[in-house]
Amino acid sequence: MNIAVCIKRVPETAEAAVNIDSSEKRIVEDQLVFDINEADNYALEEALLLKEKTEGDITLFTVGPKEADEVIKMGLAKGATCGVRITPENLDSLDSYTIAKLLAEPIKEENFDLVLTGCISSDAGNSQVGVTLAELLGIPHASLVINMEIEDDSVTVQRELEGGLLGELKIKLPALFTIQTGINEPRYASILGIKRAAQKEIKVVENITVEGMKTEIVRMYYPPAGKMAEILEGGVEEVSGKLCEILKGKGLL
Amino acid sequence: MTKDIFVIAEHRRGEIRDITFELLTKGYELSKDGGRLHTVLLGFQNEKMIDELKPFSDGILNIDDEKLKDFNAEYYQMVLSNLLQEKKPFITLLGQTAFGIDLAPSLATALDMPYAADCIDIEIDKERVYTEKQIYGGKISSRVSLVENWGYMVSVRPGSIAPKEGELKAEVTAITSPLKEEIDYRRFVQYIEAAKGEVDITQAEVVVGIGRGLKEDKNLPLMEEFAKSIGGVLACSRPVVDAGWLSKDRQVGSSGKTVKPKLYIAVGISGAFQHVMGMKGADTIVAINKDPNAPIFTVADYGIVGDLFQIIPKLNEKVLEVK
Ligand SMILES: Cc1cc2nc3c(=O)[nH]c(=O)nc-3n(C[C@H](O)[C@H](O)[C@H](O)COP(=O)(O)OP(=O)(O)OC[C@H]3O[C@@H](n4cnc5c(N)ncnc54)[C@H](O)[C@@H]3O)c2cc1C
Ligand SMILES: Nc1ncnc2c1ncn2[C@@H]1O[C@H](COP(=O)(O)O)[C@@H](O)[C@H]1O
Repeated sequence: MNIAVCIKRVPETAEAAVNIDSSEKRIVEDQLVFDINEADNYALEEALLLKEKTEGDITLFTVGPKEADEVIKMGLAKGATCGVRITPENLDSLDSYTIAKLLAEPIKEENFDLVLTGCISSDAGNSQVGVTLAELLGIPHASLVINMEIEDDSVTVQRELEGGLLGELKIKLPALFTIQTGINEPRYASILGIKRAAQKEIKVVENITVEGMKTEIVRMYYPPAGKMAEILEGGVEEVSGKLCEILKGKGLL
Repeated sequence: MTKDIFVIAEHRRGEIRDITFELLTKGYELSKDGGRLHTVLLGFQNEKMIDELKPFSDGILNIDDEKLKDFNAEYYQMVLSNLLQEKKPFITLLGQTAFGIDLAPSLATALDMPYAADCIDIEIDKERVYTEKQIYGGKISSRVSLVENWGYMVSVRPGSIAPKEGELKAEVTAITSPLKEEIDYRRFVQYIEAAKGEVDITQAEVVVGIGRGLKEDKNLPLMEEFAKSIGGVLACSRPVVDAGWLSKDRQVGSSGKTVKPKLYIAVGISGAFQHVMGMKGADTIVAINKDPNAPIFTVADYGIVGDLFQIIPKLNEKVLEVK
């Protein structure tokens, strides 16, 4: 089985301060640490598990700057076959639609049985690229996939719906699935894998300009200060004491 | 150009989902710009849902077909791409839900229509549409414009619009389903219920929610002890379940459980909207997080900015003293 996996290099922002740069269309990236997008790591692992079962190749695709090679290399070290990095001239103004369009071209050229993406990127957070890509490729899709079983030319997938409910579908290959976190346990790359990855190929697509953006960021801004918690001030001892008093006062202790 | 607004109604197992009323509330506001508000209802044996939806829009476009009973993106897209092309609404609204996420991106692409995902607000300025959304896990907001087109598609984040009572009387128009053959390449099979766990976190009066800030499962006993001292049960955010530290029935949020305890203490949880959806109904919310800019502090009533590994042991001590 030949599998394509779309992975994105994203900044880790859960614990970091995030600042907007002077263009008001981007964030300041210098101080941030980057990694593979969380859901994409699960998509990659799902592909690796399938490869172990069925043989075949895994090709990684990313749209991003030169530095995005890092996440491709990490995927190669874990066992992917090769990678493609797409870096258009107008990388900064891409929207989800044009990212999908850029991914669709090289993916269309090869006959993949299965295309996997993450269900959401932690930066843009649109949950849009995967399902858009499926439409551009003209193949069926299922999003938010939390379980998949392959039998011959079809796959039974479980989609995660709200409140813990699952919806089961049966889909014929070729198909595209957007993978939800928790579907498996992503592995770490081994030292040997990292050594081997150095020999693997990363194809680069550059000197192109993509057109047809459907949305544009007008301006980024800090979320307006709305309701804000009363922040308890003081040392550890003091804040702990204060919180206890408040909870006691409310009859909660 | 018409300024009609279409809301794609979302339902599951015969029940209309809350997001539909949120979308209709927003749609009503947007339709005041000279358009009519239509609810688009794809389903099977829709009578009961129609009655419930009538007060919320000027019209209901009803497509009743057994193939539309349980959501299947292929069938829904076939019906909707025909309908939208014919009726040419100005804005089509869906929810950023498991339903909308599976449908909107491909439908918009098939129609070559600009689509803005996961919006918390929408504004019409003359012929243009602008949306507001949150990015980088809620730390940054962004204003997005959609390129000029005859129509636009927008998906709206659940819980971002307070639904209002409807005061309209929708005229119902039956539309013949264009679906003929069965699709064999994508079939809905069944729903599968979540497994029940040993504790029901939805019944607890005090819930201690732990997040990725806990770092490793070897730190769980610290939180278990604290939860016990304060008389509560331990619940968590999604990454804690993904990592296998706690079972799925402990997960709070849109794809987990909704809790409404008297007290919810969020420890090492950033406050992603999918988590907040499951706990914002708590009477009192306390957040403990080392990042002063964590979005959870905009949801909490009381906050402590600091390292949970220092705060929780001390807090545990004080709780035991006071009790
Ligand atoms: C379709 C879908 C459904 C989802 N459903 C859910 C759901 O039901 N429930 C859910 O929770 N999520 C859900 N998510 C995931 C959600 O988007 C977030 O990724 C998740 O809630 C983040 O969990 P977290 O806050 O624990 O982790 P993070 O966002 O990584 O935050 C960790 C926090 O811990 C703090 N921290 C770190 N170390 C310390 C320390 N020593 N002391 C104090 N604080 C510390 C950090 O500052 C940070 O704020 C869903 C996502 C999708 C796409
Ligand atoms: N620049 C990119 N390069 C490769 N894959 C991407 C890129 N952006 C998004 N994706 C894929 O699409 C998924 C959903 O992203 P999004 O629509 O931004 O939430 C991600 O989890 C990735 O798998």
